[in-house]
This record gives sequence, structure tokens and C-alpha cells, in this order.
Amino acid sequence: MPTVSMTVNGQAVTGEVEGRTLLVQFLREQLSLTGTHVGCDTSQCGACVVHVDGESVKSCSMLALQADGAEVTTIEGLASNGSLHPMQEAFREHHGLQCGFCTPGMVMSAVDLLKKNPNPDEGEIREWLEGNICRCTGYHNIVKAIQSAAASMRG
Amino acid sequence: MYDFNHHRPGSVAEAASALAGASDGKLLAGGMTLIATLKQRLASPSDLIDLGAIAELKGIKEDGGALVIGAMTTHATVANDATVKAKIPALAALAEGIGDAQVRNCGTIGGSIANNDPAADYPAAVVGLGATVHTDKRQIAADDFFTGMFETALDEGEIITAVSFPIPEKAGYAKFANPASRYAIVGVMAASGPAGTRVAVTGAGPSVFRIGDAEAALGSGFSADAVSGVTVGADGLNADMHASADYRAHLVSVMLRRAVESAS
Ligand SMILES: Cc1cc2nc3c(=O)[nH]c(=O)nc-3n(C[C@H](O)[C@H](O)[C@H](O)COP(=O)(O)OP(=O)(O)OC[C@H]3O[C@@H](n4cnc5c(N)ncnc54)[C@H](O)[C@@H]3O)c2cc1C
Ligand code: FES
Ligand code: FES
Repeated sequence: MPTVSMTVNGQAVTGEVEGRTLLVQFLREQLSLTGTHVGCDTSQCGACVVHVDGESVKSCSMLALQADGAEVTTIEGLASNGSLHPMQEAFREHHGLQCGFCTPGMVMSAVDLLKKNPNPDEGEIREWLEGNICRCTGYHNIVKAIQSAAASMRG
Repeated sequence: MYDFNHHRPGSVAEAASALAGASDGKLLAGGMTLIATLKQRLASPSDLIDLGAIAELKGIKEDGGALVIGAMTTHATVANDATVKAKIPALAALAEGIGDAQVRNCGTIGGSIANNDPAADYPAAVVGLGATVHTDKRQIAADDFFTGMFETALDEGEIITAVSFPIPEKAGYAKFANPASRYAIVGVMAASGPAGTRVAVTGAGPSVFRIGDAEAALGSGFSADAVSGVTVGADGLNADMHASADYRAHLVSVMLRRAVESAS
């Protein structure tokens, strides 16, 4: 079986996978990083969004071997020294989640947005979330959370 | 998904030989279409040749009045590239309008045109701007490249390496997007420049097509008024759950006008 190596949340990892093993399977099943969710498995919902070399991608639609050698960040990698990332904190503060299923993907996607556009307006946030589906919140508080995180991250 | 042998070559030459050596090999670009196809077992290649590690296939450069975009350049890169934004803003806008942020971070121009989905955006740019498709074997003019629904002029085992877009004087793209996927229900690219005056329509028919009447009208004055009377017939246009052929025919006129109005 092929071997795959990558850095996940700052730690070097190596594992044996099949050609067809998806990145999300590698993360959840081999590394037990179950914060990354699978909602649709067809690249529609965004529950599986992680960062690969700093870009948000849908890990249900990428092979583990495509991420060979890459730096991967999952939702588990955002908090540091026991304190939540400002985006996570903002989702909590603004009630940007209800059941929480979409939340890891929403947060990872939103973090990527602020890297590219530190001061997005409401329309830009809603457009960026095109690939993230939430069945609970109606998006309103998610947008508020992202606006608030943007303000606090700009300092 | 059935299993396959995975190859990750470092050059186009290595990719070509891996493909030639496989009993039923397939190229993998961004995977945004192919991985879904494999999951549904609509394809079961023996070998997947992943183009992701081939540096020579990535990037954008200006060369002799044209922008040359490597086959593995992602939609996000095209959308955000300063040279594309300055020289062909309509192309940057088209790339920005594809799917969602994560699809744009993975999906590539080479994968998009090789796939030739009838609702894909890039075919309108390739034909509308009179681009040339470069492969590891030859160069193919835009008008000869897209041959039918999901069909192209590519031979078995041929690898797209880049697409070269002559820089137009004016170009505009407008699409009526499917609200769920963002694929084009109808998308129109209208341009004038070194490749002539060209109007290409995606989404409406089985494959991208040009509108001669609109090109003639724009040739004598590139303005929305010039094309106000241009219509296309519904015969042969796509009809599906998203839109009837009549509705698409109507949208062609509307998107044509918007494309010309937005041209810069
Ligand atoms: C949710 C979603 C929304 C989308 N919305 C849009 C949209 O609004 N507009 C739009 O245009 N597209 C859209 N797409 C399509 C997407 O943008 C990609 O362009 C498309 O999936 C193919 O590109 P890829 O790089 O992912 O190719 P892959 O899926 O990896 O490959 C596609 C095909 O091309 C072949 N191929 C790949 N590279 C080459 C090459 N260099 N030479 C020869 N053959 C090659 C492969 O063998 C395969 O058959 C969407 C996709 C998804 C999942
Ligand atoms: S699980 Fe990946 S997009 Fe839905
Ligand atoms: S909080 Fe339940 S799906 Fe978003």
C-alpha cells in the first residue's frame, strides 16, 4: 500500500493508505481527528473543509495522496494553548451554531476568507459561504460571528 | 470508489509515460469532477496520474500579447492574479464566478476544458477570446477544441499543458448561474481584439457555440444597442429541470447584452 506523509496541525504524520483513500478518511479514521465532518460526500456542503497549504478545500473530494507533503490544518488545529481561535470564540459568542454539524467547515472556511480579505462586508461573507451549507441557523448569526471575528482579528 | 494505482509524476514527460504504460489510465487535476465520478463508479481507471506535483503546468505569464495559463492553474489563482485582472478582467471575473471558494481552490482550467461540461464557464472564455489550447503534442485552436457534449479534440493520452489567450481590446462575460451549483444556465463571452470580434455561449447548448449575427453586429460598433435585436432559436438548445430551451434562448439575448455592457 502507498505511504502518505504530511504535516497535520503542526505534527508530522505518516500512514499507509489506498490510492482511493480520501483525505477526510485519513484524517478521521487513521488520525482520529473527527472534528472534520462528512455531510454530503459530494463536494456540496462544506462540512469537511480543512486547509491544505493554507487554502480551504473540501477534504471529501481530495485523495489523501494528493496532500502528500502538504501542511494540513483541521478544526482541531485552530485553538492554541487551550484558548479558542478568535473565529471559534466569535461563533460561540454570537451563537453562530445550533446543532454544530456544519460548524467545523464554516469556521475553517471563514478563517480562509479573513486571510484573503480581512475586512469583508456582509455580501462578501455570504458569497464566500456559497460552499458551506447550514441546515439550522439561517446563516444570520454565522455572518455576524464572522464580522465580529474580523473586527477582533484586525485588532 | 474502486481502487487504482496512484502516480504523482514531477514532469509532463513522466506523466505521459505513466499514462502510456497504464492499461486504463486517467489524468487527475483538481479532482472536482473526477473524484465524484470515481465515487459513483462511473469510471474505474486502473491508474490515476495526478498532475498536482508538476510545477511546469502551474502559473500565468504574459507572452507576446497573450496570457498563457498553465493547465494546472486553479480558478482561484486566475481570479486573483494581478496580470489577469489588468489585461483580461473578464477572464478573472469568470474564474471568480465558478462554483464556490473551495472548488476554485482545487479546480483547474485544464480539467475544466478537458471535461467540457456543457454548463462550464471556461469554454466560453476559450472560444470567445479565440484562445489556443497547448498540449504535450500540438496546439489546438479554440474553434476546433470543443467537439460536443463532454467531448473534445484531445486524443487518447494527450495532456493539456496550457491555454493561451490573446489579450483583447474589450471583453465582457455575463452568466445566469444555477443558484445551487453556480454552473452556467447560460453564459456569454463577448470580445473584440486580435482574435476578431467573437461571441461565445456556454450552458445553452450541448457544447459552447458562437453567434455569427452578434459578432457581425458588434463588428460595426461594440455596444449593447448593436446587439439589441439579436436572438437565437430554441431548436437544439438544452432543456432540463433548471430551464427550458425557450427560456435559455431568451437568456442568451439578455446575457449577451449584459456581457457587452460589462466589457472593458
Ligand atoms: C460544487 C461544484 C460547483 C462547480 N461549479 C462550477 C461552475 O460554476 N462553473 C464551472 O465552470 N465549473 C464548475 N465546477 C467544475 C470545477 O470548477 C472544475 O473545473 C471541474 O470540476 C474540472 O476541473 P478539475 O481540475 O477539478 O479536473 P478533474 O476533475 O481532476 O478532471 C476532469 C477531467 O479532465 C481530465 N483532465 C484534467 N486535467 C487534464 C489535462 N491537463 N489534460 C487532459 N485531460 C485532463 C481528467 O482526466 C478528467 O477526465 C464545479 C464543481 C463543483 C464540485
Ligand atoms: S462532505 Fe465534503 S462537501 Fe459535503
Ligand atoms: S448548525 Fe446545524 S447545520 Fe449548521
